[in-house]
Amino acid sequence: MEERHARTRAEADAGGVVGDDWRISVDGGTCIGAGICAGTAPTAFRLVNGVSTPTHDTVEADDAIRAAAESCPVEAITVRDREGTVIAPEP
Amino acid sequence: MTDTQRVVHAYPFSPPDRFKLDPFYAELRRREPLTRVRMPYGEEAWLATRYADVRTVLGDARFSRAASADRDEPRISPRKLEAGLLLMDPPEHTRLRRLVAKAFTARRVEQLRPRTQEVANELVDRMIATGPPADLVQHFATPLPITVICELLGVPVEDQDRFHVWSEAVVSTTSLSVEQIAGYIQNLFAYMRGLIAQRRQEPTEDLISALVRVRDEDNQRLSEDELVRLLTGLLAAGHETTVTQIPNFTYVLLTNPDKLAELRADPSLVPAAVEELMRYVPLGVASSFARYATEDVELGGVLVRAGEPVIGSLSSANRDEEVFPDPDSLDFGRSANPHIGFGHGAHHCVGAQLARMELQVAIDVLVRRFPELRFAVPEEELEWKSGMLVRGLKRMPVAW
Ligand code: HEM
Ligand code: SF4
Repeated sequence: MEERHARTRAEADAGGVVGDDWRISVDGGTCIGAGICAGTAPTAFRLVNGVSTPTHDTVEADDAIRAAAESCPVEAITVRDREGTVIAPEP
Repeated sequence: MTDTQRVVHAYPFSPPDRFKLDPFYAELRRREPLTRVRMPYGEEAWLATRYADVRTVLGDARFSRAASADRDEPRISPRKLEAGLLLMDPPEHTRLRRLVAKAFTARRVEQLRPRTQEVANELVDRMIATGPPADLVQHFATPLPITVICELLGVPVEDQDRFHVWSEAVVSTTSLSVEQIAGYIQNLFAYMRGLIAQRRQEPTEDLISALVRVRDEDNQRLSEDELVRLLTGLLAAGHETTVTQIPNFTYVLLTNPDKLAELRADPSLVPAAVEELMRYVPLGVASSFARYATEDVELGGVLVRAGEPVIGSLSSANRDEEVFPDPDSLDFGRSANPHIGFGHGAHHCVGAQLARMELQVAIDVLVRRFPELRFAVPEEELEWKSGMLVRGLKRMPVAW
């Protein structure tokens, strides 16, 4: 467990290392269109016909995206790392 | 039309009268969706009245709440809002909001439903034991949300006589003097600091303890002052609004007996009814808090210049015929109801799922347990609050 370079504070906060990518999915049937995600991480989420839609399926690790998933009132957003482990929301 | 030729309207257009929405909103949606307005306090502003534009103002990062801090924000209260979530923009706003959001997800709120039902039924038991008439505001609508938010936060319910009075300061515009408001808010802060100190000594299973833990583990995430304000904000917002909406919804049902009969015949309509009532009741006396454009933005056919404030009318948006067919009628069967009664975007109400659950329980219990609920005084004699941000009844004497 030595191979990775030491994490900076920002990287640790983002829950990954720089260059790590995350997969975002939104359950359109659960989403109530409150727009908190798009307001919190506008580069990652957009409302299309009132339903949140990730702008990209894969994004660079970014704490704002994790925060958006944590802030969704109906937990419609799932963020996973490259290995498929759920990063947000917390169970 | 250049901006200098535009008529500036005094806003709100008319004093609140029950739940009537001034017909001028409908005219503006048709004719001039972005309008110049002057409110009793603060600088001139744009008012957005169409659903799509109001959602943009609330949801688009080019409109800032934080920028209002050093401006003379347009408003109906002499006093400007204190610091808090509603005065911040992402990412600062996000840092605080994510700490509390978890406690208010639909999943967490569902766990509070059985207890909320129990409290509601106990309150009704007590009303029935005492016999009619009862004041629905005092005996049902006030204690229900207060008990729920207190238990969630970890605030002793027995103290409600004290902090309920102080909490009015948060939604007051002119019902209290500026000095009273400032004093009450200080009281709330001092009270909350006391509880925080207690939980530091003896943590329990509640949101105060959870946030104290966050704060003490990593003070970069939450300062002591932010902790106090966040919890005080939740305590105040957590009951003032729902306390008002329970009687408001009851009023609409009692004055629309066919709708009430629909719910009685089929209580499974209650969740849809709550959404429709959220859409239909123009709760706010004025509009949303102002957002300041951080760059030039094309909106509703005008160019909003960087630095200009825009307010959005949630009530007008919720009656926009482009989105809601036959918008002025109360219809529990709407196939889609994307109302923005809880706001939209980054500041979308933290307590929305909690408030929904409380309102569903309250209406369900009232409909089931009082088959002949009615006003105990003629409708014209009901007393309405004034000098508040929201429309609501002071008292609602009912019989059954
Ligand atoms: C029927 C009841 C309620 C209604 C109609 C309501 C409405 C709203 C609206 C419209 C906003 C957005 C304001 C804006 O963007 O200008 C808001 C924000 C907020 N509400 Fe509620 N609310 C209700 C209940 C609650 C409850 C129960 C809580 C407590 C947990 C709460 C806590 C908050 C907080 C903390 C904010 C600020 C959020 C932020 O700035 O990120 N509300 N509410
Ligand atoms: S925050 Fe959740 S409910 Fe709101 S738009 Fe985003 S995904 Fe949908």
